Amino acid sequence: MYKPKEIVILSGKGGTGKTTIASSLAVLFQNKIIADADVDAANMYILMNPENIKGGDFEGKSVAKIDSKSCINCGICMDLCRFDAIDIIDGQHKVDQLSCDGCTLCSLGCPEDAIKMEPVMVGKWFSSDTEYGKFVYARLDPGAENSGNLVTMVKHQAKLLAESVKARYILIDGPPGIGCPVTSALSGADYTIIVTEPSISGISDLKRIIKLSDHFKVKSGIVINKYDVNSDNTKKIEKFAQENNIDILGKVPHSFCIIDQISKRTIPSGQCRELKEPLAEIYKKITDYFGTQNETGK
Amino acid sequence: MKIAVISGKGGTGKTYFSTSLAMSLEKVDFFDLDVEEPNGYIFIKPDISEEIQYGLPVPEIDENICTFCNKCAEACSYNALSILPQLKKALFFPELCHSCGVCSFVCPVDKALIEVEKNIGVIRKGKFLKGNFIEGKLNIGEPSGVPLISGIMKDHLDPERTAIIDSPPGTSCPVVESIKKADYVIIVTEPTPFGLSDMKLVVEIVKNLEKKTGVVINKDRGDSKATEEFLRKNGIPVIFRIPYSLEIQKSYSKGISLIDTVPGIEKKLKRLYEDISNV
Repeated sequence: MYKPKEIVILSGKGGTGKTTIASSLAVLFQNKIIADADVDAANMYILMNPENIKGGDFEGKSVAKIDSKSCINCGICMDLCRFDAIDIIDGQHKVDQLSCDGCTLCSLGCPEDAIKMEPVMVGKWFSSDTEYGKFVYARLDPGAENSGNLVTMVKHQAKLLAESVKARYILIDGPPGIGCPVTSALSGADYTIIVTEPSISGISDLKRIIKLSDHFKVKSGIVINKYDVNSDNTKKIEKFAQENNIDILGKVPHSFCIIDQISKRTIPSGQCRELKEPLAEIYKKITDYFGTQNETGK
Repeated sequence: MKIAVISGKGGTGKTYFSTSLAMSLEKVDFFDLDVEEPNGYIFIKPDISEEIQYGLPVPEIDENICTFCNKCAEACSYNALSILPQLKKALFFPELCHSCGVCSFVCPVDKALIEVEKNIGVIRKGKFLKGNFIEGKLNIGEPSGVPLISGIMKDHLDPERTAIIDSPPGTSCPVVESIKKADYVIIVTEPTPFGLSDMKLVVEIVKNLEKKTGVVINKDRGDSKATEEFLRKNGIPVIFRIPYSLEIQKSYSKGISLIDTVPGIEKKLKRLYEDISNV
């Protein structure tokens, strides 16, 4: 049965170079769909120059709305709400949309039936054409919730596109952290590339994200970015990888070329030689992994 | 004065800046609310004296009493309950539960569904230099840090003391939760198109919440024109700059704080705090 290989790029810690690696890999991989699942702070589009952009609204959870005409200001809703989402403004009970979790408890408990649940639009998703293939991304409204569901939506759209062209891979630039958006990005993935840096913070977050990807039983490999900034810590990462049987896919040095290319809104692998070699290695190790898998029929 | 430090984009130097700001002040409480990846301790090096487990109420159904009427599962907005009347089974999926209490509210049978506490993370407290350290750490696999963040702000924020709050990255709900009680919000950005794009999103958040705001430009290579232009148009001041420096990056990678790396920066941070307090 046809199923594209889902490769997710994660980091735990933010700013380690996920998008740099993801966009550069998008140039190398053939026959793939590209997706940006960092819907909170989507940046990949800046490098991808998307065209023919199509898309739609993303409806989040429903939130409570109090009808001020029927409300008798009894305060029952305020006592019931566990999200502190109901305030009194000018003597009238009101719902703070950003705090409301959409649980419906206030509406169930209201003696006057004055509270209704109404869906809110919390973002948009887009599919587009780029020089490197079809590209799906999204934008969550600032301050909104539910980014896990929007991540799932982005992945769903990417899978539909993959299906339509029988793409072999879906390359997904993931969100930072270890919470709901990350688990949404990880669920169903075939491989996760974890981009880390040799700082104490980077290592601490790397260990947490590895635990999470183990929990989801997703095969992982590590890319060490700016490895030459602290060679002792780079050795620690390599030792950690070895002890836990995780591949080091490649090591990228600190580079002003990469920063300059990103400032010019260009995918850095074209111009920066120091990125080309490690990238070729990363690409080879991953495609080899899937190649062997196919041969053994796994 | 409560100051929250946010960024939008990860890795711009939020934690590096906020820890040094806290370390240059007196009678200060430092809050690490980046509960998915708390790293402030690396630079602050606190003596931890207390660990408090943090839990949320979740339902527990007694299948001997339950009549399997399905009202709880119908009312749950998160699909965290599934009732199988034929098998006389009530299934609960804790990772989907938001601890809202709807199920126990609608259950018509006495004692069939009670709420019990489920651990989602830990709050660590301790001391450093002239301040208190408070950190939230979410258990791996938990979907949301928001309850832990709001719990810490509710129970541990002392209205009398200065607070420096290190917030999570991103532009969604956890960020909003961490800055709700702040008097002033510092945005730490970097002058790349990524930094600028994400900063625009968090500026929208602080505007909606009507917070006083200033921006720290980190990793400054004299290339921050676009960032400054955007800030000028929006009436937001640049309050601090940190140059791009490999030396600083090396210090950071070893867990050495900014004030122990750049001579004289402690005084500048103190002055910055005074300026902010007078806004």
